[in-house]
Amino acid sequence: MMGVLVGKLSEVIEKVVDEPLSYVINWGRLYSLWPVHLETACCSAEFGACHGPRFDAERFGVLEAFGSLRQCDLLIVFGTVTRKMMPRLKLIYDQMPEPKYVIAMGACAIDGGLYFDSYNVLPGIDKIIPVDVYIPGCPPRPEAVVQAIMMLQEKIRRNKAIAIGSWIRKKFLKKG
Amino acid sequence: MAERTLTLSIGPQHPGAGHFRLIVVLDGDIVVDVKPDPGYVHRGAEKMAEYRTYIQNIPHLERPVIIDSSGILFPYVLASEELLDLPPPPRAQYIRIIMAELNRIISHLYWLGIYGVFVGHTTMFLWPVGDRELFIDLAQMIAGARVTFAFFVPGGVRNDIPDDFPDKAIKVCNYYEKRLKEYEKIFFYNPLVLKRTQGVGILKREDAIELGATGPNLRGSGVKSDVRKDEPYSSYDDIDFEIPVYKDGDCWSRCMVRLGELYQSMNIIKQAIKKMPSGPVKNAKRGVLKGIEGEAFARTESARGTMAYYIISDGKPYPYRLKLSVPSFRCLSLMKHLLVNQHVADIPAIYWGLDYWPVEADK
Amino acid sequence: MSLTTERERALLDKIKAKFEDVIKEKYVKPKRIRIDVSPQKIFEVASFLKALGFNQVASVAGTDYPSSNEMEVVYHIVAIDNELRDIVFALGERVSRDNPIVPSLTDVWKSASYHEQETYEMLGIKFEGHPRLERLLLPEDWADIPPLRKEFKLPGRE
Ligand code: SF4
Repeated sequence: MMGVLVGKLSEVIEKVVDEPLSYVINWGRLYSLWPVHLETACCSAEFGACHGPRFDAERFGVLEAFGSLRQCDLLIVFGTVTRKMMPRLKLIYDQMPEPKYVIAMGACAIDGGLYFDSYNVLPGIDKIIPVDVYIPGCPPRPEAVVQAIMMLQEKIRRNKAIAIGSWIRKKFLKKG
Repeated sequence: MAERTLTLSIGPQHPGAGHFRLIVVLDGDIVVDVKPDPGYVHRGAEKMAEYRTYIQNIPHLERPVIIDSSGILFPYVLASEELLDLPPPPRAQYIRIIMAELNRIISHLYWLGIYGVFVGHTTMFLWPVGDRELFIDLAQMIAGARVTFAFFVPGGVRNDIPDDFPDKAIKVCNYYEKRLKEYEKIFFYNPLVLKRTQGVGILKREDAIELGATGPNLRGSGVKSDVRKDEPYSSYDDIDFEIPVYKDGDCWSRCMVRLGELYQSMNIIKQAIKKMPSGPVKNAKRGVLKGIEGEAFARTESARGTMAYYIISDGKPYPYRLKLSVPSFRCLSLMKHLLVNQHVADIPAIYWGLDYWPVEADK
Repeated sequence: MSLTTERERALLDKIKAKFEDVIKEKYVKPKRIRIDVSPQKIFEVASFLKALGFNQVASVAGTDYPSSNEMEVVYHIVAIDNELRDIVFALGERVSRDNPIVPSLTDVWKSASYHEQETYEMLGIKFEGHPRLERLLLPEDWADIPPLRKEFKLPGRE
């Protein structure tokens, strides 16, 4: 009896509180992605091109690269991460405030790419930080970068930013 | 002394070009010591080359500087042609010139865009990066990729140029020559830019030679040195062009050298299109290519300066040792010389004025 | 493009006149000369080359030859802005692999400094008198043998 009540309540809360609030929060995050300016290798040249007049990624709600990572929520890893860069990458990721998203750009960031047998290259950045979107290519075309940003926005849109309903269910239903 | 100074680490994550660290020691806002710390993109290209055949080496050797990918491949094909005994047909030599000059323009425009940001001129980011696409389109017509062409192969080039390329290239060059006049007005002779670059980071003629500067940095110090003229390779002696040289050795001179090269490159492209003979574009030899025992050293003028390869072959299909000597690596010794006794605020203007591309320097 | 080697020959003769028994001619090709010198004498030969007009180092290449238990260092020297500008001069030396120590040429050509540092790092050849023999490109915690030695194998390609 209690269980049914709680279940109903949580559903109502989900509908009335969670979904609208999440929508608003996600909407706020969606179109103001601030990427960290961390260039790791050659793919960065194509990211530069993607902010030029022809591709103009800014119209999709992602800014150019920024210096201070304390204000950033997007880390785009441009290609190869070497063993010297690896600890720095991890440090930068840890310093960014939540919520944060990672895009792995280029074959090198996915699994080492062309440098699969190099002695100094990390085979894929997902060994050290979680990745949201992968962009294949060597280097990926700017269109692909723009598409990846849109995919990331789709992912953010589906995110449940507020989840009181499911929290209630977890908390009370287990006992009941 | 130690109490007065502050050690600042610029990079590897910083508002400028990343993948490089500059450790500067400051006294107030004057730089007293500089230590460059490269190596964030060291991928071991030289070692990898020992495990790949001469053809397989092409893609990974052009990655160190993808904005000038033909420039870095040019000496490689020259050196390996000497070892493999595969002379390129004349038409291929002209196509190579066209491609190398297109790449020089693409690279200089990227440099110009970032330099605009570095001296606080955002319009100069958007204009060159936008106009660069025109040249990328031209290169794409020939080679099919945006930046990584892998177009030069030992013994020629991969394919012939399409029929409508010459007209389009001449159209783009004519348009862009006019457009560059506007660049001059808005950037190169802009009083703000002059204030930030003239008299800043002076590299004297003797120092430039002694410290190993090459390319536009050397020519910005009044030294007339260009491999295209010094040791003409690949039919460059057939083409009539000038090397821009400026005397002052400051950041502005280095900018003006690159501006002059943009004009000259377009001039070269137009001439090469006119003078191009017809014929095949690839050496007809087929089969597994084995190097003859010996060594070869080839150098060319890439966008950043003298690019050189030294290849030792022991008669196998892959090089015994491949040494890649890149111009950016030589900028490292200039940095300390130029930055000491300058203001912190001038670091970006000097640093990027050298056109140091960290990926290239690290190999 | 001239394919004769008269100028190169004349240049080499000039050097030979001074260092008759010290240098070993390896090849003379159009625009390319290569001589080999012993590490003890390289400093003098280098100073003489600089006086001739070869004023910049284009590359310093180290090579490992485990079969003869030797290592080789080759300096490629170019002349900037004088009449030798089209010639690339290669100056080589060989040392034993067991104790690879050669004199540094940074006092002759300052432009050799970073190239020598890189060679030190990649092959473990020590340049005596070099002001800055330390890590450059490899990660700070690199504990393996220098990567360009032949016994260093790439992962997965042994
Ligand atoms: S994926 Fe290709 S372009 Fe990108 S960093 Fe790797 S090698 Fe460079």
